[in-house]
Amino acid sequence: MSDGVPMLEIKGLRARAGGAEILKGLDLVVGAGEVHAIMGPNGSGKSTLANVLSGRPSVEVTAGSVLYQGRDLLELAPEDRAKEGIFLAFQYPVEIPGVSNAYFMKAALNAARAHRGEEELDGMDFLEFARKKMKLVEFDEALLNRAVNEGFSGGEKKRNEILQMAILEPRLAVLDETDSGLDIDALQVVANGVNALRSPDRSAIVITHYQRLLDYVVPDFVHVLADGRIARSGGRELAHELEKKGYSWLEVAPPVEAAAP
Amino acid sequence: MTQSSDAMLEKLANRDYQYGFVTDIDADSAPPGLNEDIVRLISSKKNEPSWLLDWRLKALARFMEMLENDVEPTWAKVEYPKINFQDIIYYSAPKQVKKLESLDEVDPQLLETYEKLGISLSEQKRLHGVAVDAVFDSVSVATTFKGELEKQGIIFCSFSEAVTRCPELIQQYLGSVVPVSDNFYAALNSAVFTDGSFAYIPKGVRCPMELSTYFRINAANTGQFERTLLIADEGAYVSYLEGCTAPMRDENQLHAAVVELVALDDAEIKYSTVQNWYPGDKDGVGGIYNFVTKRGACRGKRSKISWTQVETGSAITWKYPSCLLQGDDSVGEFYSVAMTNNLQQADTGTKMIHIGKRTKSTIISKGISAGRSSNAYRGLVRIQPGATGARNYSQCDSLLLGDRCSAHTFPYLEVKNASSTIEHEATTSKIGEDQLFYCRQRGISEEDAISMIVNGFCKQVLRELPMEFAVEAQALLGLSLEGSVG
Repeated sequence: MSDGVPMLEIKGLRARAGGAEILKGLDLVVGAGEVHAIMGPNGSGKSTLANVLSGRPSVEVTAGSVLYQGRDLLELAPEDRAKEGIFLAFQYPVEIPGVSNAYFMKAALNAARAHRGEEELDGMDFLEFARKKMKLVEFDEALLNRAVNEGFSGGEKKRNEILQMAILEPRLAVLDETDSGLDIDALQVVANGVNALRSPDRSAIVITHYQRLLDYVVPDFVHVLADGRIARSGGRELAHELEKKGYSWLEVAPPVEAAAP
Repeated sequence: MTQSSDAMLEKLANRDYQYGFVTDIDADSAPPGLNEDIVRLISSKKNEPSWLLDWRLKALARFMEMLENDVEPTWAKVEYPKINFQDIIYYSAPKQVKKLESLDEVDPQLLETYEKLGISLSEQKRLHGVAVDAVFDSVSVATTFKGELEKQGIIFCSFSEAVTRCPELIQQYLGSVVPVSDNFYAALNSAVFTDGSFAYIPKGVRCPMELSTYFRINAANTGQFERTLLIADEGAYVSYLEGCTAPMRDENQLHAAVVELVALDDAEIKYSTVQNWYPGDKDGVGGIYNFVTKRGACRGKRSKISWTQVETGSAITWKYPSCLLQGDDSVGEFYSVAMTNNLQQADTGTKMIHIGKRTKSTIISKGISAGRSSNAYRGLVRIQPGATGARNYSQCDSLLLGDRCSAHTFPYLEVKNASSTIEHEATTSKIGEDQLFYCRQRGISEEDAISMIVNGFCKQVLRELPMEFAVEAQALLGLSLEGSVG
């Protein structure tokens, strides 16, 4: 990314979900190597943003543009975005009965490898590779042979998301409230996963409700989303300020202009 | 379901039937119609002993009586125009001059047909470790590995051959599990069956390879009526596979087979089917009516019969592979995947009749409906008064693809012994947009994701199939094979 093209450039993004307009002209630029935290009250559009970036079919983009490494992201199918390096850690990971976790991850990794013109990994090679990553996120190997997320505890599901992220090594990782409901140990694991990926050519968007995670994953920028737009942007101190004053503090602050380009 | 995933399902559902070709081969056919003369003709073509002809004629009389009384079964959740049994050709066989001494004498065109179907009958390229009996338009054309099996006293040959080779076994067991008058289609089959497979595994012998029959309907306007009889003597074990395909034709063809299994003390029979008869086109034109009676008798103590079926073909499937658990401590199992697309209809399930003490049965049924199809599970678990300590576990799951198909579950439980235990679980689910999106977000294409989810749904059944068949079955379900991990 030495040519200065940002990892992600969102302009005037408007999107509808569930029959209502949720994003109402959102602008955001994420540079290569940066970690951005997105905070905001419930219903402000945080998850909708994650869904637009990953291409969830139920979300409809009505205006604006999203460039990913200089390319139009919105024209790509969800699986192609994934293969191009976009990863979403789901807020509610989905269960797939009868499909082993290991098989699922191997299929995902090999889809990306094939896309990059790399040789696909066989079962043995995959397992060896996965074991290293499991250590990083303190993942119980027994879960690898269970069906995808089936019967997993909330914490296990989130760890599973982070393991998948570690295995897929995305260029742009989007974490949708991965920290919610996690104890401090699990939070540390999530942070390890994100921090291990930090490098000059990778970026992350960490969506969170609480500033707690940001003690472990130190963001370069913090944005506050309110009513479908970025209401405030700043450094990590903005997160602390929010924690102290609460989101209601935003409502008295001038809304749109602050973030408009 | 989003529009794109519906389109994908449509595409999967409308994939071409790969086995729809017709082999241009001279056939020796009888005129259409059902009467005593036809039955006599079939019997004489087969050089059958007079007792067998009498047996057939008795069956014909019974069938005609049922036809007159209009007792054609109508309770299944399937719909089709009334069949005119006088329009059907009851005998068609590929023309062969002489009885074959070796495979080299089989018409090369027939061999080619089976090659096309992926079933190699030639000496060099046989499926490893599988003995095959190939049945073309109701006549067995070749059986492989015969000699090797004979060394162990195992008889595996066409039904016609068995009638001359071991008439005493046929006379003792034919119709002993499915009597002539058992049901409408069984009576018809008993009158006009032309061939099929026969296997006998002697006492204490574990059959060293899978036995397999590959059925192919080729001729037009013919019915296919084969008869299969497997006997596992005391302590014997056999795993048997059957596969089937047919050309694409606009008219419906009737396939009314009867399969009888007998397991004596401590014997075990594992019977696997991958049914891929032509299902008709996307508008429901053509396809096979698959009206089949399959039943196994666990006659001996501690005997076991296990049915595994993957049903993807046929316009209509009407089929209930069942177990009569007569011997004390005998075990019956039924593992089924039934997948229907377009306008296919399936009404399939099992009957587990617990007669002996401490008998056990397991039913795992997975129904997958797509397109505008209808898929029903129908099962009976009956615990007879003498079946003290009997146990049954049933699980019936349905998966819907799209919103124009239907799934039905009709479980019947008849319990006449209070010491028995019965468990029944049932679920119905749709492939969710969430599941599809989760897979796609991980880089897995929508088509692969559907395959993966369906495969996962069927896993409990697919893992019961012998290796060779599991591969074929997964391919049939439009699935990519699960890898070596996990």
